[in-house]
Amino acid sequence: MEQHLQPHNPGVTFRGGRRLGRAAAPYLLSLPSWAYLLLFFLIPLASMLALSVATGNPLVGYSYTGHIAEFQDAIVRYHRQFLRSFYYGGFSTIITLLITYPVAYWIAFHGGRHKGTLLFLILLPFAVSFVIRTLAWQFILADRGLVLGQLKSWGIISQRAYILSTQWAVIGGLAYNSLAYYVLPLYVSLEKIDRRVVRAANDLYASPTSTFFRVILPLSSPGIFAGFLLVFVTNVGDFVNAQILGGPSTYMIGNVIQDNFFVNQDYPMAAALSSILMLLLMVAIFLYAKAFGTESIQEYAA
Amino acid sequence: MRELSGTFAGPGRHGVLARRFLAVYSGAVILYAIIPIVVMVVFSFNEAPSGRVTLKWLGFTTDWYPHAFAVADLTTALIHSLEVAFGSMLISIILGTPLALALARYRFRAKSITDIVIFADIAAPAVVVGASLLSFFLALNLPRGLLTILIAHVAFNIAFVVVVIRARVTGLDQALDRAAADLGATPWVTFWTVTFPLILPGIIGAGILAFALSIDDLIITSFVAGQTLTFPLWVYGAVKTGIPPQVFVISTMIFVAGALLAVINSLVARGDT
Repeated sequence: MEQHLQPHNPGVTFRGGRRLGRAAAPYLLSLPSWAYLLLFFLIPLASMLALSVATGNPLVGYSYTGHIAEFQDAIVRYHRQFLRSFYYGGFSTIITLLITYPVAYWIAFHGGRHKGTLLFLILLPFAVSFVIRTLAWQFILADRGLVLGQLKSWGIISQRAYILSTQWAVIGGLAYNSLAYYVLPLYVSLEKIDRRVVRAANDLYASPTSTFFRVILPLSSPGIFAGFLLVFVTNVGDFVNAQILGGPSTYMIGNVIQDNFFVNQDYPMAAALSSILMLLLMVAIFLYAKAFGTESIQEYAA
Repeated sequence: MRELSGTFAGPGRHGVLARRFLAVYSGAVILYAIIPIVVMVVFSFNEAPSGRVTLKWLGFTTDWYPHAFAVADLTTALIHSLEVAFGSMLISIILGTPLALALARYRFRAKSITDIVIFADIAAPAVVVGASLLSFFLALNLPRGLLTILIAHVAFNIAFVVVVIRARVTGLDQALDRAAADLGATPWVTFWTVTFPLILPGIIGAGILAFALSIDDLIITSFVAGQTLTFPLWVYGAVKTGIPPQVFVISTMIFVAGALLAVINSLVARGDT
């Protein structure tokens, strides 16, 4: 308002008012989001921790009794699903990285005028719902489906051969579904590399292989790590691939959490399991933030 | 010496071979990415006498398209999804834009903690976000339904909106705002006449991303939905009993709409720079 009153004379009083406004402005601008995230992101996390140490059942209600033993119980009963989740999550993330890195490299360095179109093409399938894509893979991989059915009718593979409900189906599904989330950060980090650095390596008689391993790969590492974190965290917590493509022997921790909430109605157990998952993944996230800062992930996530 | 020119930048024989191999490989990956979509589109045209999609090809038909919305509860679920997607997109933009401006333009004490919270909101696994919101709603005794779905979707969309808009604001010349202020515009007027038009492409991009994330979300929604079903939840629930062809028909339609939106978005972004 002051500015409005004294448009021609931005003097001392004006400056003072503006400085005060400037000091308060970021806080006022942050307030709505902060209030929301506090109420519906941070407090719920605390609330989950509280529920995990509660005792009771859905009929009589819960009291927060500090029943720490729930955690021990959770680990004793479900450590295999935890290990399996981390194994599937890690394995599928590495597969996705190996599949997408050459593509991201090719688009960034040799895409030319078609970079945008090529990126669009590879991201296009991800305009289809996650659950539908997974369902389509169930069709493709079914025992009498498009691939196995055909191979069986030709007599190439045994009539009893199957892929669905094995770990390969689940890991494959996870890897497929994270293609888009990995190709983007890789592309962004490769695209950023100063081409003069690459040319300098050539001029200094570096072979293509050593140019790649000693210049390009290290310079693209922020994208590799950011993508790895995002994809790994997503895949470890997934239960949809395991549900649609897997079977009881591929149950991941997400499936167990779901079952405990909605089938067994053992809320404290479900909350304890997701708290443990959160703490485990927080270690990974924290190490990442320590090493690369929090802004880099923001850059690559969007 | 041929080795030397056969580097990544140069056109030597090795380079050409490597490049050709990479091109073929990338084409193969793009094909691999599109395979499930082709299956979805093709099977949306398959005959299905039992009202369920079968693995066998029974014959071409376009019958399912006029009857895309014939499964009443599937249509209801789709409407829920659209409502939540629009609602969460609008709310997260309204809440997130001011924060994006604050983070891009000001240095303030709470900035680093804000960065961490935004980072955590993006990096947090969906299962944990879903389970924590459910724990919270259970503690509050808040019945699960459309409202809790909307609350959850805004909670994960805010962070993405902030990141996208912030990137746009950071790229802007702040001198323009200062010029407006020097010319006597109030902050409010400056925002709507100078800042807002400049960050609009960022807001549109953030909106599209938020909409897409919301309409696709299954994991977080599955925790907070109660008896209310969204489109992905309905499909997920129907996997065991059998999928009506309408699922593939509607998905094909959403896919085409999404592809068009993406094209429009890229055109907007291109016309802008």
